[in-house]
Amino acid sequence: MIPAAFDYQKASSVEEAVGLLKEHGMDAKILAGGHSLIPAMKLRLNQPGILIDISGISELNGIKVDGNTLVIGANTTHGAIAKSAEVASSAPVLAATAGVIGDVQIRNKGTIGGSIAHADPAADWPAALIACNSSIEVMGSGGSRTIAAADFFVGIYETALEDGEVIVAIHVPKVPGTAGSAYEKFFQPASRFAIVGCAAVLEMKDNFCTSARVAFTGVADTAFLDEKVSAALENQTLDDATIKAASELAASDAEILGDHFASEEYRQHLAKVFAERAIRAAIANA
Amino acid sequence: MTKMIGKSVKRVEDKRFITGKGQYTDDIILPNMVYAHFVRSPYAHAKILSVDTAEALAHPGVIAVYTGADVAEVNGVPCGWQVNFKSGETMKEPKHPLLVVNKARHAGDAVAVVIAESKEAARDAVDLVEVDYEELDAVVDPKKAAEDGAPLVHEDAPNNICFDWELGNPKEEVDAAIAGSAHVTTLEFANQRVIPNAIEPRSYIGDYDVAHDKYTLYTSTQNPHLIRLLLCAFVLGIPEHKVRVVSKDVGGGFGSKIFHYAEEALVTWIAKELGRPVKWTADRSEAFLTDAHGRDHVTKAEMGFDEEGNITGLRIKTYAAMGGYLSTFAPAVPTYLHGTLLQGLYTTPKIHVDVVATFTHTCAVDAYRGAGRPEATYLLERMLDTAALEMGMDPAELRFKNFIPAFNGVDEEGYVTNVALQYDSGNYHPVLQRALEMVGYEDFRKEQAAARENGKLLGIGFSTYIEACGIAPSAVVGALGARAGLFEVSQVRVQPTGMVSVYTGAHSHGQGHETTFAQVVADKFGIPLEHVDIVHGDSDSVAFGMGTYGSRSLAVGGSALVKSIEKVIEKGTKIAAHVLEAAEDDLEFADGKWTVKGTDKSIGFGDVSLTAYVPHNYPAGLEPGLDFSSFYDPTNFTYPFGAHIAIVEVDKDTGKVSLKRFIAVDDVGNVINPMIVDGQIHGGVVQGVGQAMFEQAHYDEDGQLITGSYMDYAMPRADDIPMIETDRTTTPCPHNPLGVKGAGEAGAIGSTPAVVNAVMDALSPFGVKNLSMPLTSESVWRAMNS
Ligand SMILES: Cc1cc2nc3c(=O)[nH]c(=O)nc-3n(C[C@H](O)[C@H](O)[C@H](O)COP(=O)(O)OP(=O)(O)OC[C@H]3O[C@@H](n4cnc5c(N)ncnc54)[C@H](O)[C@@H]3O)c2cc1C
Repeated sequence: MIPAAFDYQKASSVEEAVGLLKEHGMDAKILAGGHSLIPAMKLRLNQPGILIDISGISELNGIKVDGNTLVIGANTTHGAIAKSAEVASSAPVLAATAGVIGDVQIRNKGTIGGSIAHADPAADWPAALIACNSSIEVMGSGGSRTIAAADFFVGIYETALEDGEVIVAIHVPKVPGTAGSAYEKFFQPASRFAIVGCAAVLEMKDNFCTSARVAFTGVADTAFLDEKVSAALENQTLDDATIKAASELAASDAEILGDHFASEEYRQHLAKVFAERAIRAAIANA
Repeated sequence: MTKMIGKSVKRVEDKRFITGKGQYTDDIILPNMVYAHFVRSPYAHAKILSVDTAEALAHPGVIAVYTGADVAEVNGVPCGWQVNFKSGETMKEPKHPLLVVNKARHAGDAVAVVIAESKEAARDAVDLVEVDYEELDAVVDPKKAAEDGAPLVHEDAPNNICFDWELGNPKEEVDAAIAGSAHVTTLEFANQRVIPNAIEPRSYIGDYDVAHDKYTLYTSTQNPHLIRLLLCAFVLGIPEHKVRVVSKDVGGGFGSKIFHYAEEALVTWIAKELGRPVKWTADRSEAFLTDAHGRDHVTKAEMGFDEEGNITGLRIKTYAAMGGYLSTFAPAVPTYLHGTLLQGLYTTPKIHVDVVATFTHTCAVDAYRGAGRPEATYLLERMLDTAALEMGMDPAELRFKNFIPAFNGVDEEGYVTNVALQYDSGNYHPVLQRALEMVGYEDFRKEQAAARENGKLLGIGFSTYIEACGIAPSAVVGALGARAGLFEVSQVRVQPTGMVSVYTGAHSHGQGHETTFAQVVADKFGIPLEHVDIVHGDSDSVAFGMGTYGSRSLAVGGSALVKSIEKVIEKGTKIAAHVLEAAEDDLEFADGKWTVKGTDKSIGFGDVSLTAYVPHNYPAGLEPGLDFSSFYDPTNFTYPFGAHIAIVEVDKDTGKVSLKRFIAVDDVGNVINPMIVDGQIHGGVVQGVGQAMFEQAHYDEDGQLITGSYMDYAMPRADDIPMIETDRTTTPCPHNPLGVKGAGEAGAIGSTPAVVNAVMDALSPFGVKNLSMPLTSESVWRAMNS
């Protein structure tokens, strides 16, 4: 598998990366962990003329807590997130999600910024980031802006990033201590991406749910917040019947994907099963 | 000297593999070498209206572009096995050209090849070759291919039929036996197409030395001499003594590297045209599209039983895909390696099997780990478990009832089947008995019942198999259509200091010959293992050989080795007798020395070797040297057998199947290295589980391979597999000197139906009896919810 010829430049700051993107326009691609981009280049699905390597930009790497917000640099690897103490205490569902991405090598090279920029409809991050009500900080030649995770994913391999923009960080509001959260994934047996991934973040007072965010990935062209399921849980006592009824609504407004591993009908069914599993797991760890 | 045979000696070859020092074909870099990359048809079936190479030729670094027209005069790659129609008419054998001329017959068919100074330039220029295709309708299903009006793969094969074939008792007798049965079990199913997925892609280097008029082909093959024979005698018409075929380390074959591929012939041919070495290594996408696939049968089977559950008859109709062209051994697989195994372990009195082999617009199908025997075993074992369910009998009991009684093949005759074989030796009760003990059968049934109460779906599945290995008597396979002999060759060269170099025609690509063959030599000569070196995979150093497939290396190659060892000992005895001034009959050879019986007078192996090469004090008339080669042609196949049991759990909500336990009790005859046999069984079992649960070469209706990458083609992974629990019984092969039967394919043959049967057992509360492989979560879920 041999990619087409390309040039390569290493950026040492976000500004430099943004400048290079501007200079080379559509011909340029950002290179982070390379675990989505390089396979695509080897298959010649992607033939950029120049790669701008951001992996050495230290300001993009790392996890910090800023008041009530967890800030994860775009270059932070899945593995680092899975192991981070800050993530474990502030947004444990993100650690759980990171831990089921690919295998050890993938987790040690692939980055959260690269994953969300790539926007594979079966990627794990989007559901968890949406359920956590995160936002994405990006920088372009015109300055920086933030985009809500729920608005970020636009289509298959399509995001709200504008040409020339670089993802800088992901901002995640701390999940309150009273909340329970979980990510439950049904693995595609070949790729081990998600056929269905469901993230649930439930704020609880005893058995009463004060706020619910249930999001899916893998089910449709993009990850989405399932408003129906979330609404059916919010301001409810989460007894068996309520959980079941809410789960039944899973993905009912989505245009569901079908492939040789899971037809539309089966995926819809799995969405219900994994909604229920995620909700129950979230309650269990509240 | 401690005995080596029977010991789990660590593999000698692993040092170089673990330290990254293996030498695969792609590791070889020759001076002045150029690189090939193929232009492949994106369509399964298309007319090629024109090929324009001008732009590719103009690309920097490109040396040449060859198309079908350039090699039109060269022969195609041959088929090595001929199976005739029932009518006696010769099978349809369309030319398999090195590059297609005016029609592509499967996605990935080679249309042109670009040769360039670098891999990168060759790959880039492939996109610059302009091919004008007219896409045509395709057919990918082996049964639909035979229907009237199906698109034709080859114009001269009406209804896409390559041949039809039958074996067994007269059809009327079988029809009558089934008609008169108290119960008939009928199943229709596919044995789906799978892709071999050797971790090393195919890789070839052609080289031509003009000074010596000599060709060298470096190739990742399982059988270098066979490739040389086919390449020289059939394709290029070049003299064999001017061709060297080298196959050093090979990263897995599973059958797919037996065959002579067009790319091998092409790089050899082009090397002479250009006067430069030409390398081609498949990329992973090409491996998916062009390594010969396995299985792909569509079958209807009917099995009759009397009131007591004794099998009364078996009738089978199978459509077997050949693919777009006939690969080297393709016709043999659904016929002589499948039809002949349908007796199984059972006393079935009447059997008839009918096979229709069809061309389809797909990659060729040929032998894949087990080759025909897994298809036969799958068929029989699915029938047995289904019949037990239908008749309300225990599946283990049903097997015990129908097993062929034990016979050792020495003072009891081999068992003559209704499908042309005579089993060598067998004792089938104990393997199933042992497997039942290991699984704790009675307790499991209780656990299963309790689990069902709690809404958990557990299932147990059985498979008791027999297979035929050690292919095989040349005269027999010749009568059955093989266009080659199937003996094996060894040379044992004792060096002057008593060190031993062994040259074997068997080929190791994962099996561990360098260890097991050395164990045999070390024991027979009573010398340390380190004094033995096993050489294989080079036609210039090894006299001849038929290679490794069909679990034949030890049974056939090991027997050839023993013959040469015996010749060395016989001559050594003459030398020892002379030096010791004793009669040959008064000597005994043991523990590495010849001793005059009843005395302490002896001479060691090393001293005898030295004497053979420094023959100062030497028997009159005896040639110097200690170097013998032997050809061994077996008198029969060998017949390993075993019992496999799988336990699965099915997730009611998702349909996901989890394999909980796997028990394999195999009888592979005598065992040289238990660790290696365990490893072969483990690997085989996992491959068989892969077919049951994960793998499928999925062509859509247009003939596009939609599982052409690891993103889409599911393989079993370590965390899908429980610890495999193994045990063995030992029923020696009566007709070869080591008493060995073969272990390379047993795991893959026995395991698949055990898993599927277990899932069917788990689903029995839902009335589900038959599901197609692979057992995807969705298909299991649908079965529970329909
Ligand atoms: C075998 C395998 C298994 C995998 N399994 C899973 C899985 O189970 N679940 C899952 O979710 N993912 C999985 N992945 C994908 C993996 O998570 C990738 O690492 C990730 O999708 C991309 O991250 P990266 O850092 O490697 O990005 P790269 O491949 O370097 O880049 C991906 C894309 O993002 C762009 N990009 C990268 N960083 C930025 C940035 N800061 N700003 C703007 N654009 C940027 C690049 O230009 C490119 O288009 C798997 C990958 C492989 C190879």
